[in-house]
Amino acid sequence: MPGTVQSIERAAAILRMLAGGPGRLGLAEIARSLDLAKGTVHGILRTLQHVGFVEQDRGSGHYQLGAALLHLGTSYLDINELRSRSINWADPLAARSGEAVRIGTVLEGRVLVVHHVFRPDDTFQTLDIGTLLPLHATALGKVLLAYRAERPAADLDRYTHRTVVAAKELAAELERVREAGWGADVEEYTVGEAAVAAPIRGYGGLVVGAIGVSGLVERICDSRYRPQPKLVGYVRDAARAVSRDLGAARR
Amino acid sequence: MTERYVVAIDQGTTSTRCIVFDRRGQLVSLAQQEHKQFYPKPGWVEHDAAEIWRNVERLAPQALRRAGITLDQVAAVGIANQRETTVLWDRRTGAPIGRALVWQDTRTDSLVNRLLTRPGADVVQQRAALPLSTYFAGPRLRWMLDHTPGLQERAERGEVLFGTMETWLIWNLTGGLHVTDVTNASRTNLLDVHTLDWSPESLRFFGIPRAMLPEVRPSVAVFGTAAAAFPGVRIGAALGDQQAALFGQTCFIPGEAKCTYGTGSFLLLNTGTELVRSDNGLLSTVAYQVGGAPAHFALEGSIAITGSLVQWFRDQLELIASAPEIETLARTVADNGGCYIVPAFSGLYAPHWRSEARGVIVGLTSYITKGHLARAVLEATAWQTREVVDAMNADSGLTLRTLKVDGGMTADNLLMQSVADVLDVPVVRPLAAETVSLGAAYAAGLAVGYWPDLEDLRRNWHRAGQWLPAMDPARRETEYGNWRRAVERTFDWIQPA
Ligand SMILES: Nc1ncnc2c1ncn2[C@@H]1O[C@H](COP(=O)(O)OP(=O)(O)O)[C@@H](O)[C@H]1O
Ligand SMILES: [Mg+2]
Repeated sequence: MPGTVQSIERAAAILRMLAGGPGRLGLAEIARSLDLAKGTVHGILRTLQHVGFVEQDRGSGHYQLGAALLHLGTSYLDINELRSRSINWADPLAARSGEAVRIGTVLEGRVLVVHHVFRPDDTFQTLDIGTLLPLHATALGKVLLAYRAERPAADLDRYTHRTVVAAKELAAELERVREAGWGADVEEYTVGEAAVAAPIRGYGGLVVGAIGVSGLVERICDSRYRPQPKLVGYVRDAARAVSRDLGAARR
Repeated sequence: MTERYVVAIDQGTTSTRCIVFDRRGQLVSLAQQEHKQFYPKPGWVEHDAAEIWRNVERLAPQALRRAGITLDQVAAVGIANQRETTVLWDRRTGAPIGRALVWQDTRTDSLVNRLLTRPGADVVQQRAALPLSTYFAGPRLRWMLDHTPGLQERAERGEVLFGTMETWLIWNLTGGLHVTDVTNASRTNLLDVHTLDWSPESLRFFGIPRAMLPEVRPSVAVFGTAAAAFPGVRIGAALGDQQAALFGQTCFIPGEAKCTYGTGSFLLLNTGTELVRSDNGLLSTVAYQVGGAPAHFALEGSIAITGSLVQWFRDQLELIASAPEIETLARTVADNGGCYIVPAFSGLYAPHWRSEARGVIVGLTSYITKGHLARAVLEATAWQTREVVDAMNADSGLTLRTLKVDGGMTADNLLMQSVADVLDVPVVRPLAAETVSLGAAYAAGLAVGYWPDLEDLRRNWHRAGQWLPAMDPARRETEYGNWRRAVERTFDWIQPA
């Protein structure tokens, strides 16, 4: 069978065994049933454990199906964990860019702000963690949309005269995001403001969130109304640093 | 000109971190490794000092690689460390003798009770400006000398060395320099805080041979040059982690305070060059000493168990898979459902100092879910903060206006809101969550002239987040009352043998 990957087949067999068995199974038992070397099975089990598909009992060392398998349709990374794991990289991004930083993830067709760092100028600002933003009109949202299989809603709200509301136009915009590896919104949500964002990836390259900066359009963009390359660089560096901490392969 | 950086080693209770900082005090790269926690008996907590040193050796090149820099770009390295944790090793081989006894370890309980009845106990407490307690390193050292056959004699002959973690690390980094800094030394029960050197009376009281003690140095000064991990780089500073956080938050002026939320939580208030003794259950401690200048002191409210209650929830009860999930779980319910957890796992520290107390969960009914327990876990940290802030306000005669916070738990949004709610003051997070490391870096950078002065460091401080109080005052009072009643139920649990 050309084009099949042996280790994935074996992983599938292990999952079927765990699903079919009465309870937890030991390494030796699984290896014996599948007629595979213990070392091979162990490697696969560890990988499955790493992605949450398999859990190991601390006492007995036996394996069972993991909770993540039951929630395959929902985000695998807890939002509070995403904040904890990215907090160290969001701060330097705010310091270098001089702008406010937000991290977002998708919740029921909108961007949920899971982390917010103030613009570092010590003016009065309020935390907007928990706020929901539109996907199609924000840099964070467009980046999140660009890497999802689902289609954006049919009738998109207009926030400013620059908001992209036509399906075809949005599709082209998302294609640009995928090609460039980052996205922007220039006065598409709020007049006078612009933002830049890049994807945060977990294991296997899965996009689990987006990180970005936002501020006054004249600070974010150059004279031609395009995000400043330096700023884009800072945002992408931060996104890569978080992704690396989350276990994404280097790219 | 190639850019230069400062590196911090943060040897914490749960993990060791190596962090590269730039001139603006921003984190450039980080490498981190947890180490094993040993719990051989109830109340005992140990670390393997050799494992911790191996971690430092592994993390150093990793941090540099991730920053894309080379050793010659490192201006200095600074050390911040878990305090009071006690290490012994063989002077000749460098091998640790037994495991390190961690600051949360309460095995010296009965020893401390015996010592307290001995003549001279009051003088020792006066010299150190500390109560005799299981918390500090001196009694641990005595315990190790008592419980390892032949050790006292070997120590008398100078074959065995004592150190807290920074001493152990510097000894390994330099290949044999045996030194400590004033902040760490002030947590042993052995230092005379007036002379800033070991107190001969205290050493006699504990029966500890001077030969095994490190030389006491200022916190901010070049200790020596590293031969391992960062070969050729100068070690510019060593401070206890909580003092480092005070430095990292740039609380250089008397009256400035911060609270660091990690394994335990620690509120420190800079009291300037004057040592202030507390009437309300706080500790007096050395905050830092820059070169030959007079030392600064601090009042400290130490809380033993905060983040480690979350860890307990994760590792022992297995109700969550990772620490941040405590917030997710807590948000599944609207309140604590009448349930309170007082984590007196190592007795209670400030402001109670009850070593015989043990933890309780009260208010259990069939209504309580794991969500309510998760709320109670987070609220325990908030209320313990309230207790030390009340003590601080009473001691200083001033009222805290805002609380500066840092540490791993500040990523917990619900917790930070609870802290603001129960204190009724704004809670502010600076643009540097890793303030312990930043403080060590600042101190080391100052020592080698990478940064010119304290004023320069203060300019790097910016507000990154702020939580404003939003709790109904009547509810606050009711909840505080409940919390206090819960605390009383922990008292007198361990009965004298
Ligand atoms: N999001 C969170 N909510 C609650 N507790 C947390 C969260 N993230 C980390 N912690 C707790 O914070 C502690 C780690 O913080 P850290 O500052 O690294 O501690 P230390 O320096 O004492 O090792 C752990 O005890 C962990 O349980
Ligand atoms: Mg720490």
